[in-house]
Amino acid sequence: MEQVVDFSLIDWSRLQFALTAMYHWIFVPLTLGITFIIAIMETKYVSTGREEWKQMTKFWMTLFGINFAVGVATGLILEFQFGTNWSNYSWFVGDIFGAPLAVEGIMAFFMEATFVAVMFFGWNRVSKRFHLISTWLVALAVNLSALWILVANAWMQNPVGMRFNPETARNEMVDFWAILLSPTAINKFIHTVTSGFMTAGIFVVGISCWFLLKKRHQDMARKSIIIGAAFGLAGSLVLFVTGDSSARQVAKEQPMKLAVIEGLYNGQEGAPFSIIAWGTPAGNPDRLYEKEVFALKVPKMLSLMAFHDFNAFVPGITDLIEGNNTQGIMSAYEKAERGKEAQNVLRRMKDAKNVDTQTYLETKALFENEEWIDSYFRYFGYGYYYDSDIDVFKQNIARLVPNVPLNFWAFRVMIGLGCICFIVLAMALWWACKNSLYEKKWFYRLAVICIPLVYIATQCGWIVAEVGRQPWVIQDLMPTVSAVSQIGVGSVKTTFILFAITFTVLLIAEIKIMISQIKKGPREG
Amino acid sequence: MFEKLSYLELQQYWWIIVSILGALLVFLLFVQGGQTLIYRIGKTKTDRDLLINSIGHKWEFTFTTLVTFGGAFFASFPLFYSTSFGGAYWVWILILFCFIIQTVGYEFRSKSNNFLGTKVYEIFLFLNGLLGTILLGTTVATFFTGSQFEIVTNNSGTISSVWRGSFGGLELAFNFTRYATFINLSLGLAVFLLARILGALYFINTIDDEEIEKRSRCIIKITTIPFLITFIFFLINILIANGFAYDQNGLVYMEPYKYLNNLLAMPLVAGILLTGIVLVLTGIFIGIFKHSFKGIWFAGFGTVLTVFALLLTAGLNNTCYYPAYGEYLQSSLNIENSSSSRYTLIAMSYVSLLIPFVLYYIWYVWRAMNGKKMDKTELENEETVKY
Repeated sequence: MEQVVDFSLIDWSRLQFALTAMYHWIFVPLTLGITFIIAIMETKYVSTGREEWKQMTKFWMTLFGINFAVGVATGLILEFQFGTNWSNYSWFVGDIFGAPLAVEGIMAFFMEATFVAVMFFGWNRVSKRFHLISTWLVALAVNLSALWILVANAWMQNPVGMRFNPETARNEMVDFWAILLSPTAINKFIHTVTSGFMTAGIFVVGISCWFLLKKRHQDMARKSIIIGAAFGLAGSLVLFVTGDSSARQVAKEQPMKLAVIEGLYNGQEGAPFSIIAWGTPAGNPDRLYEKEVFALKVPKMLSLMAFHDFNAFVPGITDLIEGNNTQGIMSAYEKAERGKEAQNVLRRMKDAKNVDTQTYLETKALFENEEWIDSYFRYFGYGYYYDSDIDVFKQNIARLVPNVPLNFWAFRVMIGLGCICFIVLAMALWWACKNSLYEKKWFYRLAVICIPLVYIATQCGWIVAEVGRQPWVIQDLMPTVSAVSQIGVGSVKTTFILFAITFTVLLIAEIKIMISQIKKGPREG
Repeated sequence: MFEKLSYLELQQYWWIIVSILGALLVFLLFVQGGQTLIYRIGKTKTDRDLLINSIGHKWEFTFTTLVTFGGAFFASFPLFYSTSFGGAYWVWILILFCFIIQTVGYEFRSKSNNFLGTKVYEIFLFLNGLLGTILLGTTVATFFTGSQFEIVTNNSGTISSVWRGSFGGLELAFNFTRYATFINLSLGLAVFLLARILGALYFINTIDDEEIEKRSRCIIKITTIPFLITFIFFLINILIANGFAYDQNGLVYMEPYKYLNNLLAMPLVAGILLTGIVLVLTGIFIGIFKHSFKGIWFAGFGTVLTVFALLLTAGLNNTCYYPAYGEYLQSSLNIENSSSSRYTLIAMSYVSLLIPFVLYYIWYVWRAMNGKKMDKTELENEETVKY
């Protein structure tokens, strides 16, 4: 790195973004699923005309409304933070990344805003049918808005459908459909949205079980459990399938993320998966532990997850950094040198413009040359880590390894808690359908405990997705060092604290209001 | 169909769309204006509930328009997004902050066990109305008066913008040694005062209550003079100012009377501006002197036209819409040097075809929801969901 980089600026900017994203993600998953559950309940009301369904719809709608406000607020900050804290990123890829955000606004947010108002305040102002359609449109709109932001996120993890324009020195979109329909995007969308369905299912089942525990509103609780559990369970099945395909995509597009998830240093054929592992602390985020004490491993499982092949070779962290000739893996050092060469070509082209036509045309032509793009430009981002001093170079390359223990544990917590929630949903549905959900106090309590657990599971999912791809803002093309806005680290620290306090206060307020609304229960119709 | 347009035409098309969104945003700031009037107009708790619920049904439109305005700017002119947001960091953070507290202001205000108490949420709404409008207006004024930033080429050959102003954009509102600061602030105040007028007109339109109507008309009366003073101060100043023009080679230079020249060169835009101003004045006149409750439609539509025309003046006809002044003049942004690629603009243009459809359903739902005026009996009904 020849430019002076203030790593504390990057850390604080990342921290601020992570704070906003994680707070945002506390509110969003519930919204994604509960809107459908509410719409199903209201459909019941309109088709049967029975008041109890209306009161049930209104009860869950109130909880949705409380949850919605903070979700909207944190979402606004998230969108604008691309500009405020990652301004170089915004220009480098605004062409591609901005488009889905704009489409999101035009297509989804207005629909959401318009029909949410009808949903809450339209009961006495519009017809029953109009109201019902509005509720369904809200469910559709919130999920549509998730589509566009996840398309944008998937593109960062697997940049497709674009071409580097050396004149403007930025990536430009060449294929809108490739971006929208990239397997990473589709998978990410479905996986994320269904995790929201599971969250909503657990939320509804958990709160309903609390009513059963208190012996209040038992009829509503049982009906809610059937709808919530069936919906949540259906979502969970898709969630697991897309989780499986995610692993294979990560193996293909982001091998470092996969290696870090397992804490795999030396690649191997038939790589095992650790259910759990323990060791003496390493004091270094590059290592899972200093010395292994205990590990429960499933043989060949990681190879199976990553490639659907028991004996496939899974590259480890060391292979990806130092290279592995027998497996044909290029070292990160080599990639950095090639990336640096690509940057130098770009720089030479810029300097030659209007001065030396021949050099200008020669260098420019390289950016059209597929072979050169494939062997040099694709490592453009690694170029930022190059340094002519070998010691500094080594230190820089070490930054290409994401935090190992955090990813390792987040991945396992996500899967473990996800499985528990799945089982709870399945039991709730089974018993509710058999009409034998009486006096199972232990189960009621378990279902209530699952509410915080499902939130922890989804948060862990995002930690794996985002921390696992560090330091890449755009995989292999742009690291955080070159994406960050050059502002005083003091400013970012101040805004971080400002946001942290505000979001926390709002979260406390929301939880308090939510609890007191739940205690109030639905109006007895 | 959009493939046939030239690159410049596509850039102009997108500037027009961004301007429409900006114009709609300023009109929708009536929600913010209304928020600052809750205690001025509402003398009892029921009054205040009525006022908050009347604008509360619309706050999401303003919010969504702000988000979409940002998204559209990001997609079509990303260098602006990068320069302004990453540079005028503190201004934008403050604006965002004003809008975070708004969302919960409505949703949590009247809920039991709400942690901070009703009063605090009402203060949130007031701050959003006061600072949100002033800051947005002040920022838009810098489209005419300029900021300090520089576009630089990095070692890697990529391009970055670096903010050269000393206080993350706050200098644009507080550096009183520069005359342009007064122009910036005058637009900020004008937007705030206009939002109050529009808020009061909206109350007259949607609430069925004599006292509230009387007090709203009174607010319009006392707000109009300061609004006109600040707005006319801004308008005259930019019309006589040297503007930021660029030639065919992209070279930026200062042109005397640039914005006046733009209006003369684009008579349609001048016509829109004049019509807009006349409609705003008509709306205000109706608000003060007539018994009609239709003032909001005149003033609202007039606001949209006026702001639309002003933004077109700032960006079309070889004008730099986000100028860098002084030694950084050549870094100024215009629609040609800051836009997305041709491909993206074409793809986005197809998406923009949805906008009339979106406007149609907003209009349809608005009519359905506002068909009946709101009154105190509605709030007393236990079935009514309220803020």
